[in-house]
This record gives sequence, structure tokens and C-alpha cells, in this order.
Amino acid sequence: MSGPIRLITEPQQGFSFSRRAFVLGGSMAGLGAILAARMTYLSVYENDKYRLLAESNRVNLTLIPPRRGWLVDRHGAPIANNRTDFRVDIIPDRLEDKGRVLAQLSQLLKLTAEDVARIEDDLKGASGFQPVAVAENLDWERFAAVSVRLPELPGVAPTRGFARSYPAGAAVGHLVGYVGTATAEQFKATKDTLLLTPGFKLGKDGLEKMLEDQLRGKAGAKRVEVTARGKLVRELATRPDEPGQTVRLTVDAGLQEFTARRLGNESGSCTVFDVLTGDILAMVSMPSYDPNAFSDGISRSEWKMLSQDDHLPLMNKTLQGLYPPGSTFKPATALAILGAGIDPRRTVNCNGGYTLGNRRFGCLGRHGPMTMHTAIARSCNTYFYTLGREIGIEPIAAAARKLGFGAEFDLPLPSQRYGTIPDTAWKMRRYKQDWTQADTLNASIGQGYVLVSPFQLALSAARLASGRALLPALIAGKRPQAPHLAFPDEHLAIVRGGMDEVVNGRGTAGASKLQLDGIRMGGKTGTAQVRRIMDRNRGQGGDWKYRDHGLFVCFAPVDNPRYAASVVIEHGMGGARAAAPVAKDVLTWLFDKQKALDSLAAFERAWGGDIRTRMAAKEAAFRASNGLAPIAPSATPGASATPTLAPSPAATPAPAPTATPSPSPSPGIPA
Amino acid sequence: MNRISPGVVPAPVLRLPWPAMLLILALGGFGALMLYSAAGGKLQPWSLSHGIRFGAFFTVALAMSRIPMDWYRIAAFPAYVVTLALILLVEAIGHVAGGAQSWLDLGFIRLQPSELAKLTLVLALARFYELLPSGELRKFAAIWPAGIIILLPAALVLVQPDLGTAMMIIAGGGILLFLAGLPLRLFIGAGFAAAIAIPLAVNFGMQEYQRKRVLIFLNPEDDPLGAGYHITQSKIAIGSGGPFGKGLLNGTQVHLDYLPEGHTDFVFALVAEEFGLVGGVALIAGLIALCLWAISVGVAARSKFERLTAAGIGAMIFLYIAINLLMVMGLAPVTGIPLPLISHGGSSMMTVMIALGIVMAIDRRNRQATSASGW
Repeated sequence: MSGPIRLITEPQQGFSFSRRAFVLGGSMAGLGAILAARMTYLSVYENDKYRLLAESNRVNLTLIPPRRGWLVDRHGAPIANNRTDFRVDIIPDRLEDKGRVLAQLSQLLKLTAEDVARIEDDLKGASGFQPVAVAENLDWERFAAVSVRLPELPGVAPTRGFARSYPAGAAVGHLVGYVGTATAEQFKATKDTLLLTPGFKLGKDGLEKMLEDQLRGKAGAKRVEVTARGKLVRELATRPDEPGQTVRLTVDAGLQEFTARRLGNESGSCTVFDVLTGDILAMVSMPSYDPNAFSDGISRSEWKMLSQDDHLPLMNKTLQGLYPPGSTFKPATALAILGAGIDPRRTVNCNGGYTLGNRRFGCLGRHGPMTMHTAIARSCNTYFYTLGREIGIEPIAAAARKLGFGAEFDLPLPSQRYGTIPDTAWKMRRYKQDWTQADTLNASIGQGYVLVSPFQLALSAARLASGRALLPALIAGKRPQAPHLAFPDEHLAIVRGGMDEVVNGRGTAGASKLQLDGIRMGGKTGTAQVRRIMDRNRGQGGDWKYRDHGLFVCFAPVDNPRYAASVVIEHGMGGARAAAPVAKDVLTWLFDKQKALDSLAAFERAWGGDIRTRMAAKEAAFRASNGLAPIAPSATPGASATPTLAPSPAATPAPAPTATPSPSPSPGIPA
Repeated sequence: MNRISPGVVPAPVLRLPWPAMLLILALGGFGALMLYSAAGGKLQPWSLSHGIRFGAFFTVALAMSRIPMDWYRIAAFPAYVVTLALILLVEAIGHVAGGAQSWLDLGFIRLQPSELAKLTLVLALARFYELLPSGELRKFAAIWPAGIIILLPAALVLVQPDLGTAMMIIAGGGILLFLAGLPLRLFIGAGFAAAIAIPLAVNFGMQEYQRKRVLIFLNPEDDPLGAGYHITQSKIAIGSGGPFGKGLLNGTQVHLDYLPEGHTDFVFALVAEEFGLVGGVALIAGLIALCLWAISVGVAARSKFERLTAAGIGAMIFLYIAINLLMVMGLAPVTGIPLPLISHGGSSMMTVMIALGIVMAIDRRNRQATSASGW
């Protein structure tokens, strides 16, 4: 537009205004149409998507942890059950102002400095929505105090749920293991949000860990309407949980508990078999931890105390402890000797030892002429050195393996050690050395390279007693009868006769004869050297940790065996002295409970109470010596806590979900 | 109208712009209803005060409709200057009190002078172009004083900092220049300049929080729990309403606090959630009809001042609506512009009602002129 500026007149300007006002009005209507179109797109075409988003905003799906299946003993008595539990957790992702919230919680819940330290530790290790336990086993007052203050405590989740309870406490510790919250790795591996649900616990050790699939059950779910700040508006729907299966064990809860108590303050283990079936009636390793305390999450000081204890309460000695069997191995050697065709009536003269080249192998005494029967009864080393050397290592190792030594068994427990039954091939593989005659002499009396677990010792006694290749079982159920062992019955009878003599005749364990009419126990003592036999004390005194281990294997009744057991007492100085009396009382319990309990009562009076009392005293002493405050009495879960109603111990494998009210946390709405 | 016997209804009542008034009453009443819903079915804290303020300012608007137009002519420039002074005053107070403050507490209302500036700007520009002879319209003298009139309040508001209001002042002023008849090439050129300048301004001229809002508007899913939260939740509210809505008091997004500001800037999301597409489109139609009414009043007016004032007010109210609704539907960044007559808030209600009162005054003049010519 060049040239002189075009002048605009008044009417022209008025006309231009009308035209432009029309354009403006038109654009307004146009934008209105665009807005209407946009709205149509959002609310009609994308309606489903946004409705879903609005619902997922509004509705919060909370999983209800399933009630864990019970573990019951062979008679249906509970070994692990559930009790109602009020607990408080922290969801790290929702936590704001950690310092203030923790301070308020520790005031409301009366947490100790130690508890707070544990929570801080857990919070550091936790990620996202994984709950961190603040406190469990709360009484209603403290639980309600937190519940009403929820709006000021972001990230805090109080829940009413179920907690695992082990009525027998430490007596079943190593057998059942314990439960605990899932680790971050476990969640990453499964992506199962149930693992993040406050109050959910899974098996961490023992049977709880290995039977997880059967015990867990299926989670329930609860739909609740919540505000953006997480405040609960109302419950919409609830699907109840499906409790896990009840698993019946072969264990006899009474025997298990008696055995644990009878082991007293010793570091030891005892396993009892039903000789007819291979059922494990008791499997105890003491001292133990209290699985109730472990399942609640233990404090640093508790852990420190347990891991510093030289009696190794954290180790399941039954399956993981390996010991030279000592003389308890002699029945295996005896079977090998008989198998080699040697006449059991042949005598070997014991003059207190055996000389091989320029080395002397000692015996515990000068026994004179020995047959197999007397050699077993009096535990004469010279007899077994002589004949063991004559037949060589291979038959001895073969006989030992037939009795179950050197093997692992199919048990629902996380780890077992199979030990060592040495032979020439083994030594070459392991040490790149040839087998020597000296090795044979040591092996024939259960020393040298031979290592067995207390569990294998008990199994060997059970196999010897029954003459069958029994396989151990922990889960109750019918199993086909085990096949006969590849030993002639006469050979087994000869060895059993020798073991009868050990206890009931002129043998090493005469003091542990069963005080029962018509029931005799057969057994074999053993002493495993911790230090060389040349030691000044010969392992019979001095520092506890250098004393010899005492071992004992046994079965009863002798004429028609029904039960078999092994007892190992670490640093007990001798089988006859430390182990056999325990075995005697344990077998007595099986035939006459009252008599056994009476003798136990006398022991416990001397030891200072039952296991729980002694463990509490020990912990109090530990805390005092480490300058820690004593535990408040309410913090320890009472064993008297009422077990919950469901599932019933005798429940069928798939109990129908009953109409029992599900554990419904009601945060913000205290009664 | 003349059919109705004059003795029953007094003539001054009959001469009122009834359709427009009923529309305004309907919109204000609907606003009170939505605020009642936003409070979870309670009159307090928003609905009652909204209704009282609306009633009061409606009376003020009716009163203003009877003020002669010459009074507005005379008041145009002084009102503009007073508004600028008030903006400076709140900034000074805010500076002394140590913190950004953009309002004066008058007890019954928190007066935001920047809201008033939108109206006084329209009056001042309309007055300026009335005084400017038509022959000067193509000269530079038609542009620079108008530029100063627009940019002064815009600059003052921008430093508050209130980018949304500043943009609205510039856009409203620009529309008024367009209506006044400035050459089209100026607007085309300005459009090009803006297309280049806006990205530069976003990158270099904006406060951190403003830049964040723009960037998040472009991609709200980047930050669904942070600054994109408003937009995301607002779209969820609108989208989940469907064609007919969830029903009054049944909107979960606002009632369960997922959508913040459901009673102020995001009130339209609540409308859409509870009354659906039908309710939302009806509200949009009602609001745009109000703007079109103001423009039609302007087209019918006799003097340049009246024309530009009525149409300019229509444009200004439309800018409120457009910016608010584009934001609520996720088509514009979050700027904090309320929805006129519906959102809870005193200053915008006051500005809009005074403006509508002035349009009603112009409408009244138009009718008198028509009836006079009819004689």
C-alpha cells in the first residue's frame, strides 16, 4: 500500500467496526465450538479411560494378608498357629517429615531408643511401598492412640491382622524356623504386591520356609473409597482371604518339647525316630532361638546376644553339625566285619592298644580277650582296630553308607550336611594321597576322617533297629514300607545284642538303664575327641570348648524295636556321662510320660526354671552386662496370647472360606 | 412490549434488558449451585458468600445501568489512572510486608486492582479512540498513545508477577485496537512477531515456575503428581463425567480432593463431572451468549465510545472464559484465570458485574434512541 495515506471518514470507521465486531463474534462462536468439540472428545470418546482413572483415584484396593496355615503335630496339636495382632507399620513412600513422625510414634507407642534405631535401619534398607514394621503385639490403647492421629502421621499404617505364634517357643525353633517380612529382592523377583502388604510374612527358615507354598494361602482384598490425602471414606467391598493349608507333621509336640527341655543348658541335639515308619518324632537342637521373637523382628541386641553365644543357638546342629561319631560308629564296623565272614565268636586280645609299625593306637582300657559281643559292650578299640584292618576300609564304608551315613535326605528343611564316609577314592580325590592302614584303624572306631551329623546317627540307629532302609519323614502321611537292609538278620541281631549289653549288661552305659518294667534299651556310647588324645586332660576337663563331645545312639525296646534316637552333647566329655542319661529320659517319656516329667522337674529346679525363664534371665544378664535398659514386660509377646479361631487344626486340606469377619484395619475410625 | 398494559408493569422495569439479565442471573445462580456442590453439599464456605456478593454486585450493575453515558466518558481516564495507582500501591505494600501481594483487603472483599485494570483499560482505550478523529486512524498518532495505555498496566501486572493477567490485558487491548479500526497489517505483523517472541520469552524471559507450567502443559504426563497434577486431574474429571454426568454432589474428583481448586479456577471440571457433556456445553453456550450480547449491544450503539466499550467488554469477558476453559480442558497452561460468574472469588466477580452494568447502561441508551426514533 504505497502512496499517500488514505484518510478514513467517520462512517467508514463505523462500518469497519461493525464488520470487525462480526468477525470477533464469529471467532467467539468458533472457539466455543472448539471447546465443545474438545469436551466431547474427552467425555465421550475417552470416557472409558477417564472413568477408569477416576475410579482408580477413588478406589483403593488393599490386600488382606492370608491367614497362614497351621503346623500341627502327629496328634493335631498346634506347633505353629496364628493369633490376633495389632500392629503399626510405616510405608516409606508416603512418609513425610520422618523425624517428627518417628518422634511422635515413639512417644505414642513408648518405643525404646533401640526400637527407633532398628526402624531407622530398616527405613534405610527399605524401598518404596515396602512396609517397615514399627511395632507389633500392641495393646488396644496404644493401637487406638496411633489410629486417631493418622491425619498427622502421613505414611503410618496401623493394621489389625494375625501374627504367627509358636506355643512351644524355642523348643521348636530350629525345626519350624520363623517368618518375617519379605525382602526387597523377593519383591523384585515376584512382583507380588502381597509381599508389600503390611502384616504379611513369609517363611524365612526351617519348615516355614520350605512349606511356604502350602502354608501361604490366598490374599483377600478390600476396596475402600479414599480421598486424595488417603483418608478412608467408606468400605466398598471385601473378598475374604483363603487361609493356607494345615500341614500335619510326624513330630510329637510333647516329645519335642520334653526333649528340648531335657537337653537343659547343654549345647546339643537329639533326634527320635519311629522305627516302624521312619517318622521323625522329635528333632531338637539346643540352645535355640525363640521363633516368636524372630518372627516379630528381633532387635540388634538380641541378634548380637545370639550370634556371640558359644553354644551356637543360631545353628541347627541336628542337620548342620558334623562330629566324628567315635564309638557310635562301631556298630557299622561290626556289620562290615560280620559281612566279611568273620566269626563273631573269634576273640581278639586287648592289651590296651594296637601297634601299627612304630605307631601305637590306644584303647580306653586293657580288656583282655574280646568277642564281638563284649567288644561292642565295653567299646574295645583294639578289637575293631584288629578286625577293621583285616577287612579294609571299603566294606566298612559300604556298611556305613547302608546305614545312612554320608547321605542327604529329602526333608523339607533348608540345609543339611552329609558329612564324610572316607574310602580310598575319597582320600585320593580330596587329598591326592593314598589310603593308609592308619586311616583304616581310625575310621574303624569312627575317628579320623569320619564325620556324621546327629541326624544320621539317629537314622543309623533306626535302620539298625528295624533292619529296614528307612527314609526319614517330617510330613505325616502314608508311605510304603521301607525295603529290608542288605544285611543278614543274624548279623543285625548280633550287633543289637551287643548294644543290649552296653546298657543292660556289663557295658559302658549301665547307669542309663530304663527304669521301666519289661522294656530295655539298647545303645552305644561314643566320645568324639576335640583335641588329640595325648592332651594333658585327655578331653575330660579344662576349658569347656576343648572337652570331648559325648554321643549316644539307642533304640527300645530291645526285643521288638519301636523307637530309635541319637543324642549328641557338645563338649559333654563322654557319651555315657552326658548323652546316655538324656536318651534314657527321652525314651522313658515315650513309655511313661509321668516318670520322665518327674525326673525333668528335678533337673529344671537345679537349672533355674524352664527354657523360657532361663532364656529371659540370660537376655537380662546380657543386656545388663552390655549397659542396655531392661525390656519392658509388655513388649514381649505373651505365650498365653489366645490363638485365633481359624483355621481349625483338624481342617480339611482346602477349608472353605467361612463368613468370619476378615481382619479389617479401621484407621481413623476408632471404636 | 407495548401490548402489556403500562399500568401493571412500570415502564422502567419493562425497559430493562430482560433476556441478558435472566442469563446473568442464571449463570450466577448456577455458580452458587456448583459452589454448594464443591463444598460437599454445604452453603458454607463458598456458596453463600458467592450468592451474597453476586446479589450485591447485580444491584450495583442495575444501578450503574441508569448512570448517563457521559459520566463514564468523563470517568474513563481518571479511573484508569486510579487503577494504575492502586496496582502500584499493592506492590508497595507487598514490598514492605516482604512478599508478593496483589490484593487490598477491604474487609468484605480482597480487591485485586489488576482485575479492575482489565475494565478501566477498555474504558480508557474507547475514550481515546473517540477523541481521535477518524482521519488520524492511519497515522502513528493512533497507535503510540494506545500502546502506552495497554503496556503500562500490563508491565505493572507482569512484575507482580502475574503473567496470565498481563497476557489477558495485552490481548484485550489488542482486540480493542482491532475493533477501533487500525490497519489489519499491523495485527498480522504482530501475530508473526508473537510467534517468534513467545518461544524466546518462554526460554529466557520467564520465571522458573512459569516456564515449568508451560512445559508441563505441553506434556502433563511428565509430572502427574507435581505441576501436571492439576491438568491431569481436571481432564479425568471432565472425561469421567461422560455425556450426562455423575449427578449433583456425586463428582468424586472434587469431593475426594483429587482435583484441587475445584471451587475456583477448576470449577468447570466439577460442572462437567457432575452434569456431563450436556451441562458443560450448555454452560459454554450461556457464557458465550453473554459475550455475544455485549458485542451486539456495541454494534447497535451510536457513539464510538459506546461501541468500543460494549464490544471491548464483551471481548474481555470472553478472554476470561476462553483462557479458563482452554486451561481446564488441557489446551492451555495453568494461569490462574477464574471462570466469570461461576468461580468463587470477589475481584473478578466485581469487575465482571461492573462491566456488565456498563453494557446494560449502553443497552439502555440504545433502546431510548430506538424508541425516540420510533416516535
